[in-house]
Amino acid sequence: MTAVELPGTVTQAAPPVRPAGLFRTAWTFPQAKIGTGLTLLVVLIALFGPWLGPVLTGYTTTDFAGKPFKHDGVAGTDGLGRDVLTRFLAGGTTLLLYAVLATALGIALGALLGMVAGYGGGRLDSLLMRGNDVLLSFPQLVIALLAIAVIGPEGWLLVLVIGLTHAPRTARVARQATVAVRENDYIRAAEMYAVPRSRILLREILPNITGPLMVEIGLRLTYSIGYIASLSFLGLGIQPPSADWGLMINENRIALVVQPWGVLLPVLAIAALTVGTNLVADALASAAAGRKREARA
Amino acid sequence: MNALEVTGLAVRTTAGESILDGVSYAVAPGEVLALVGESGSGKTTAGLAALGHFRRGLVSAGGAVTVHPRGGDPVDVLSLDTATRRRLRGSTVAYIPQDPALSLNPALRIGLQIAEVLETHGFPGPVDDRVAEVLEEVGLPTDPAYRRRYPHQLSGGQQQRVGIAMAFACRPAVVVLDEPTTGLDVVTQALVLKTVRALTAEHGVAALYITHDLAVVAEIADRVAVMYHGDIVESGPAEAVLRTPSHAYTRRLLDAVPDPDASVEHPETAEPVLATQGVRVSYGTNVVLRGVDVSVARGECLMLLGESGSGKTTLSQCIAGLTREYTGTVSLAGTGLATSTRQRSDEQRRRIQYVFQSPFSSLNPRKTIAQSIEVPLVRLTSLSRAQRRERVAEMLDRVRLGRALADRLPDQLSGGERQRAAIARALVTTPDVLVCDEVTSALDVSVQATIVELLGELRRELGMAMLFVTHNIALAGEVADRIAVLQGGEIVEEGAVRTVLSSPRHAYTRDLLAATPRL
Repeated sequence: MTAVELPGTVTQAAPPVRPAGLFRTAWTFPQAKIGTGLTLLVVLIALFGPWLGPVLTGYTTTDFAGKPFKHDGVAGTDGLGRDVLTRFLAGGTTLLLYAVLATALGIALGALLGMVAGYGGGRLDSLLMRGNDVLLSFPQLVIALLAIAVIGPEGWLLVLVIGLTHAPRTARVARQATVAVRENDYIRAAEMYAVPRSRILLREILPNITGPLMVEIGLRLTYSIGYIASLSFLGLGIQPPSADWGLMINENRIALVVQPWGVLLPVLAIAALTVGTNLVADALASAAAGRKREARA
Repeated sequence: MNALEVTGLAVRTTAGESILDGVSYAVAPGEVLALVGESGSGKTTAGLAALGHFRRGLVSAGGAVTVHPRGGDPVDVLSLDTATRRRLRGSTVAYIPQDPALSLNPALRIGLQIAEVLETHGFPGPVDDRVAEVLEEVGLPTDPAYRRRYPHQLSGGQQQRVGIAMAFACRPAVVVLDEPTTGLDVVTQALVLKTVRALTAEHGVAALYITHDLAVVAEIADRVAVMYHGDIVESGPAEAVLRTPSHAYTRRLLDAVPDPDASVEHPETAEPVLATQGVRVSYGTNVVLRGVDVSVARGECLMLLGESGSGKTTLSQCIAGLTREYTGTVSLAGTGLATSTRQRSDEQRRRIQYVFQSPFSSLNPRKTIAQSIEVPLVRLTSLSRAQRRERVAEMLDRVRLGRALADRLPDQLSGGERQRAAIARALVTTPDVLVCDEVTSALDVSVQATIVELLGELRRELGMAMLFVTHNIALAGEVADRIAVLQGGEIVEEGAVRTVLSSPRHAYTRDLLAATPRL
């Protein structure tokens, strides 16, 4: 038997084409573009709004700009006569910051738990995942309400509680993905070289489960925004007199008919943000599942 | 008159890249035409075109596919609309896929699945009788109890024969077989080939047999068409093409086929570097290994031969310390080893290295080739970063991959290149024993030849011992000094390659040798 030296197929010096990454594939979906657009719009408002507001309107968030529910300025005033546009522009920063922190905490913790359970297997897996199931049986918002009712509406608590309640949900996804990756021979090869387990988790498994984790990030961010806005609306999140979208909806809903802007602006912003992040998550999920959009020839 | 005629068939990708460039072939009733080529040669695309099917991302760019149904007018498959084309498939042109386990519905009883084909195509006459008839034709039991079985209750060979029964059920004029024996062991393969041969001859069916294995072609085909880069480079009667090939590519493919009668001269060696004593493995009541003793001497290559389920992979994993649940001892140069690789010393880990079966699973898709090869150096040596990089580059040259590939990801390499990278990872720490677990079974025959040759050269250069685990007895003469035949968790025969191949003592070895296709 002799090796086949094929005419013309001897390792061509073709430029190495890296397989298209997750983000690049996701970007071919229209919902990724729409979602990114919506998210970016709201993020820009949240980032530059606090600075832009006073410049545009001449008022700060707590200045009494005029009489209550008047159509002074662009979006009028609220019940205390404060300028709605200024408060709207300033109201997203804290919400977004808390949502991002809570998501980061939830994903980090959940991914770690899920990978340990999925890679460890056996009794450790059962123990972790059954504990997980117990936590999953409580609605997230109920746990958050309970914690805040006991300790009080603190920002760090909001982040902690929402982050912690995200973790079991992420852990399930991470475990599932880890179990699939664990079966590969490259994990066995790493074990054969006695690579420390922590290193196997970080270097061999984590890079191969980024797809599902990205989807989780998008999804958990959507939920975080919703929960924090809900808690603020209920008066258990960000406290007055801070400008905050959830809080604004609550404060201004009594005058919905007279002065709709006070409710409409924050509602639109929250909707755009959640729909936007959800669309991005959706595109990432489709890309991760390998459902590439058919090339339209 | 031909049952299937393909003329000037051109296929390209939706992006415009040409895949097939004017391919023409014809098959007469009762004849078997083998379409031969390696992965990527376009043989499957050319074969599927007979069904009027193009895989996702491919479109037809000209040519004609004409099928002559039994007693009907010729049909140009490519000009048909989707619904008519679908009716044609299964009734006039049938397809037998590579993996029957994937193509049979696991939730349906096999009798029902065959009957379904007949009902869909409006088979005239009693369906039940035809199911029994066609099962008998492929050599399966026809009793109702057997027909009520689910696919998972059948062996791989039986599943494939059910697939063949489904294809032949409606008495098609043409069948397309897409590497139907790739996943089967040689004994079952021989049986399936015989069945196909008999059915096509008996019923005057034109068969298009897609394969990369020329030894199989010699067993089954009347005529051969050799495909290379989307073109048929040579075609003619099987005898002529295989005996006196005219195209250089055909000659090279033929050279790549392992010769079961080859033998390599090797000196007698003594002291075993690796030995197992009474290794037993059982999972519950299922005994996988029943006390296996094998030994490999320094510089020697032992072939561990066995079919799937014989326990050969389990044994090699015991040796590599990848499984802990065994009793008995594995010793390296006379020293007993801990069962788990984590309890072995770095030096012991360095001296035994392992190459996994599938290069598609053994390299982390998110690490570059160099990063993967570097792992054993990081773990088992104290070389500096620069020294490690130098060693990796050296090793890449050694396995004929070249340093240019160091920073590529596995997805950017072919199967053969990946397996070379996996071999480089195993050899980078210069082991004393290399365990190769079915390293060529996921590769084409021509790539298999290059890998086997590479392993032989490296073994001579580095003077290491090798345990070559395989199900393919045809490779024995090419690689091994000694053979140990494993069946049902026991060594049933052991000896020098020449002795075992020329006068096998055990019935199982004789069966294997008899079933192995030869050119």
